[in-house]
Amino acid sequence: MKYLLLICGEESVEVSPEQADPEPWIEETERRGVRLDGHRLCPVSDATTVRAGLVTQGPFAETKEQIGGFDIIECADLDEAIEIALKHPVASFGSIEVRPFWPE
Amino acid sequence: MSGADVTRVVEEAFREEWGRVVATLIRLTGDWDLAEECAQDAFAQAIARWPRDGVPRRPGAWLTTAARNRALDRLRRGTTEAARLRSVAAMPAGPDPEPVEEDVEEDVEEDHVPDDRLRLMFTCCHPALPLEAQVALTLRTLAGLTTAQIAAAFMVPETTMAQRLVRAKKKIRNAGIPYGVPPAHLLAERTAGVLGVLYVLFTEGYSASGGPSPARPELTAEAIRLARVLAGLMPGEPEAQGLLALMLLQDSRRVARFDAAGDIVTLEFQDRAQWDHDEIEEGLRLLDDALACRRPGPYQVQAAIAACHATALDPDDTDWPQIAGLYARLARLAPSPVVELNRAVAVAMADGPLAGLRLVDELRAGGALAGHHLLAATRADLLRRLGRTADAAQAYEEALALAPTDAERRYLARRRAETGGT
Repeated sequence: MKYLLLICGEESVEVSPEQADPEPWIEETERRGVRLDGHRLCPVSDATTVRAGLVTQGPFAETKEQIGGFDIIECADLDEAIEIALKHPVASFGSIEVRPFWPE
Repeated sequence: MSGADVTRVVEEAFREEWGRVVATLIRLTGDWDLAEECAQDAFAQAIARWPRDGVPRRPGAWLTTAARNRALDRLRRGTTEAARLRSVAAMPAGPDPEPVEEDVEEDVEEDHVPDDRLRLMFTCCHPALPLEAQVALTLRTLAGLTTAQIAAAFMVPETTMAQRLVRAKKKIRNAGIPYGVPPAHLLAERTAGVLGVLYVLFTEGYSASGGPSPARPELTAEAIRLARVLAGLMPGEPEAQGLLALMLLQDSRRVARFDAAGDIVTLEFQDRAQWDHDEIEEGLRLLDDALACRRPGPYQVQAAIAACHATALDPDDTDWPQIAGLYARLARLAPSPVVELNRAVAVAMADGPLAGLRLVDELRAGGALAGHHLLAATRADLLRRLGRTADAAQAYEEALALAPTDAERRYLARRRAETGGT
């Protein structure tokens, strides 16, 4: 079984770098061999949503919506990423948030 | 040349060249803040040097080279990746590797600096950015308005506007919004986005959405300037010409729309001698060119409607059946309840108030314009013309409660008093 862990928190809440430091957790989970992949995501203000063939800014509008899966894609820029997202079958009835990774 | 003359020339160059300098520097450095800072430095240099050395033959190329040299200088001193430095150093034909200020003038002779403003427009108006950020970013980077000026124009605190700009630039960088003209399959949709932002800018200046002043001519002037740039950069796009024509035809009534007290004067009571006939002429010429492409669009149709008013010698000369037909066409191209409301007004003029009222009441039943003062105001006017005084007074009351500006409230109160309401 595999799991996706969505790390959620309020962006407005300020925490110290020590509190927010994921390194000890990563070290432990990797030492035990349970962590396959993971990355920090940019804030929701950097997200784009495509819905019913349209492009809008921001994250999912309806909080009712649950994340049902994820794909990691590598593209030249946001326009290419949007093109790929629009081709996904879910884009016609659900929505897909295109969320950039922080650079390495 | 006197100091005052040079100041005027630099101001003119600022309006004409700011967007071009910033657009090129963004392409070269990929850094929006650096681009703005270096453009500012270039204009500061111009203020210092032009009175002494004379105004260069091509101010735009001079300013771009000066800004480029400044960027090179800053990147060399900073710890920046070599790739970025190379792209800046390689900029124009005959690159000057040393950022020696004296060489600025010589570079100018050889330079052919491409116009990057179209890329900048498409990036500023990318649909992944919130609309108000698109508008703000366009005003900052292309028109050169300061954050304080943009904040004042949209009546938000300067810190709010500064944050909006910072967030937008961050998103462009973090989300990988491309800096360029979109590929063919996206061009039509994205062009519509750019046109939309410029028209938002214009309408915000033409009828302020709130506050004591009913219009902000500095915004309409910037919108027209940018629409002119866009029409020049996209000569094969009739909607760009159509938008510029629409703006010019509407703006031609600028002076006649308000009386000395700042009260609204409606179209039928405007002094048509006060209309700007140069703007009308240019607008009509642009519209003719656009329509000749035979690729109609919502801006061309709206410009055609504005042209019907602009060419009527007096209110009775207005071709209302033609206008009603154009609104019907617009409703098919770009359906919206506001277009339907305007169509109802035109139908009332062409076929009588009862025919108009029928359409207005349909719209009212639909509920899409609930809370919009123009729906109530239009209804009130039609009821008044039908002699239904009590119903009219009530509708004016409703409109008054919803009107966003003082000028509109005064106009409606005047109308209500004429109808016999209190």
